[in-house]
Amino acid sequence: MDIKDIIKPENLVYQKSSLLTDKIFSYCPGCGHGTAHRIIMEVIEEMGIVADTIGVASVGCSVLAYDFMNVDMTGAAHGRAPAVATGIKRCWPDKFVFTYQGDGDLAAIGTAETIHACNRGENITIFFINNGIYGMTGGQMAPTTLEGMKTSTSPYGRVLSTMGHPIRMTELVAHLPGVYYATRQSVHSPRNVRRAKKAVRAAFEVQKEKKGLSLVEIVSNCNSGWKLEPVKANEWMEQNMFPFYPLGDIKVDGKLVVNQ
Amino acid sequence: MMKELRLMKGNEAIAEGAIRAGADGYFGYPITPQSEVMEYLMAEQPEKRTGMVVLQAESELAAINMVYGAAGTGKRVMTSSSSPGISLMQEGISYCAGSELPCLIVNVVRGGPGLGTIQPSQADYFQSTKGGGHGDYRLPVLAPASVQEMFDFVFLGFDLAFKYRNPVLILSDGLIGQMMEKVELCEQRPRNAEFDPGWTITGRTPDREHNIITSLDLDSARQERHNQHLQEKYGKIQADEVRFEELSTEDAEYLFVAYGSSARICQKAMQLAREKGIKLGLLRPITLWPFPAKPLAALAPRIKGILCVEQSAGQMIEDVRLSVGSGTRVEHFGRMGGMIPSPEEVLENFEKFFIRK
Repeated sequence: MDIKDIIKPENLVYQKSSLLTDKIFSYCPGCGHGTAHRIIMEVIEEMGIVADTIGVASVGCSVLAYDFMNVDMTGAAHGRAPAVATGIKRCWPDKFVFTYQGDGDLAAIGTAETIHACNRGENITIFFINNGIYGMTGGQMAPTTLEGMKTSTSPYGRVLSTMGHPIRMTELVAHLPGVYYATRQSVHSPRNVRRAKKAVRAAFEVQKEKKGLSLVEIVSNCNSGWKLEPVKANEWMEQNMFPFYPLGDIKVDGKLVVNQ
Repeated sequence: MMKELRLMKGNEAIAEGAIRAGADGYFGYPITPQSEVMEYLMAEQPEKRTGMVVLQAESELAAINMVYGAAGTGKRVMTSSSSPGISLMQEGISYCAGSELPCLIVNVVRGGPGLGTIQPSQADYFQSTKGGGHGDYRLPVLAPASVQEMFDFVFLGFDLAFKYRNPVLILSDGLIGQMMEKVELCEQRPRNAEFDPGWTITGRTPDREHNIITSLDLDSARQERHNQHLQEKYGKIQADEVRFEELSTEDAEYLFVAYGSSARICQKAMQLAREKGIKLGLLRPITLWPFPAKPLAALAPRIKGILCVEQSAGQMIEDVRLSVGSGTRVEHFGRMGGMIPSPEEVLENFEKFFIRK
C-alpha cells in the first residue's frame, strides 16, 4: 500500500477549514491563537454563514487575524473593535459580526468600548483571548497579569499595591443586562478545544436569535512572553491562570451562573 | 413644484441634510456648540423616514470608530462634533484615511486650546487642512458660510467621500452652527443600495476573495506604495476639487481672504469700505483643502494688499502667503477665544494696515 491508496475521500477524517487561508500563521509555535482561529472558522463554516459574516481584528498578536481568516474582515484601532463592530452591526443587523481581541486590547485600552458595547447589548460576539501579557510588543504587563507575575514592565513581579489588580473582564461585563452569554474556555487540550468550540457555536447562535451580546473568553498561553516551553507554559497556565480565571460558563440565557 | 423653504439652525441643517442625503448612519457624542445635530436627528426619528441609524456613542473615540466600521461596509455614514471632540477623533480619522474609507465628519469649531470656550472660533484650520492625526494624509475640507451651505455640503461631502474613497471634513464654526437662516431643502435622495464588491466588507460570497479593510502593512516597500497611491489621489483632488467664491474682485484694489463666518463679516465690511470709495473685494475659499492657491495667485498681481480675516491667531494666512508669494503684502486680523469681530472692526483694522499711512 502506497500513499496514493491512503489518500482517498473515504479515508478522510479531518481537514483544514476552508475558511482558513493558506498563509502561514504569524503566531509562535505552541500559541493558542491558531486553535482559536480554527474553531471559530469551523463554526462559521458549519453554520453556513460566511456570506453573512463580518469580522473585526484588533491590535496585538492577532492584528493580522484577517490574513488567516478567510471571511470579510476589518482591522480596528487598538481597543476600538467593539465600537467598529457596533457601527457594522447597526447598519447590517442581519449579519453576524464578531471581534477577536486580546487582553491588552479589550481589558486596558478598550475598556470603555467593551463595557458600553456590552451594556447596549450589541448583538455581536466578542472573542477575548486572555494570556495575561502583551505578547506582540514583547511581553509587557497587561491588566490581566497575575500577582507576582514577571513581565518586561514588571521585572520583579506584579505588585498589587502599585500596579493594581488583575482584572476579570468577563465576570465584570457579565453583570450587565445587555450581555446574554458569557463563558471562559481554553484550547490547550483536545477536551478543552471541543468545549471551546461548543461555546463558539453557542455564541453565534445567540447572535442568530438576536438575544444580545455574547462573549467567549479563551484563556491562552504565551510561551514567548512567559518564557516557557509550550508544554511547560500549558502546565503553568493550569496551575496559575485557571485558579484566578476559572473555566466554565459565567452567564447563560441571560442569567448569571457564577456570581463572583 | 414649490420650493421647500425652512428657517433652521446651522446644526439642524446638517442633520436634515444627512437624512435627505440618504445617510445610512450617524454616530455622535454630545458637545457644545453642535449638540443640536444629534438632538434633531433623535427627534426626527430618521429610522422611520429613511431607515437611517442614529446612535449616541459613549465617546467621540467610539463614535468615529463606529463610523470606521460602517464605512468599511460601504454605508454612507457620518459623525459630528466640536473641537475638543474632533481632537479625540483624530486617531480614527487617520485610520479612515489610511484605510481609504468614505465618510463625513463635521466640526462645529469652538475656541481652544484645551477646553477653551463654547463660543465660535476658526482655530482648527491647521488641524483640519494639514493632517490632524498621524501620518501623511489629507481630507477635503469644506467651509460653509451659511446655513444653506451647511445643508448643501452634506450632499457634496458624501459625493466627494465616495468619489475618492476618502473621509471628508465640513469645517464649520459655532456661529454658523447656531445661527438661523432660510434654507431651501431638496428632495430626499435614496440610501446606498449597492456596495462595491471590490472593497466593501459585506460578507464573502463564493464569487470573490475575502475583502480586508486595514491601514496596516508591515512590508515597508508595500506601505510606501500605499502612501504613494494616497498622494496620487490627493494630487487628483487638488487638481479637480478646488472651490471658492469671488465677490467684487473685478475692480478690486484690495482683497479680503476669509472663509466661513469670517467671510460673512467681511462681506459687510467690504460693503462699508465701498461706501467710502475703497475698492475692496473678497475671495472666499470654500475648500480649505485643496486651497484655492491658483485663483488667488491670479488675482495677486493687481492687488495692493490682502487682509486675511480669521477667528484665530492667523492660520490660513500661511496658505495665502504661499499662494501669492512675496510680491503682495498680506496681513492678518483676527479675534480669538470666542470673540467675533464686527464688520466695523474689520474695516478699521484694514484701514490701519493699508489706507492710513
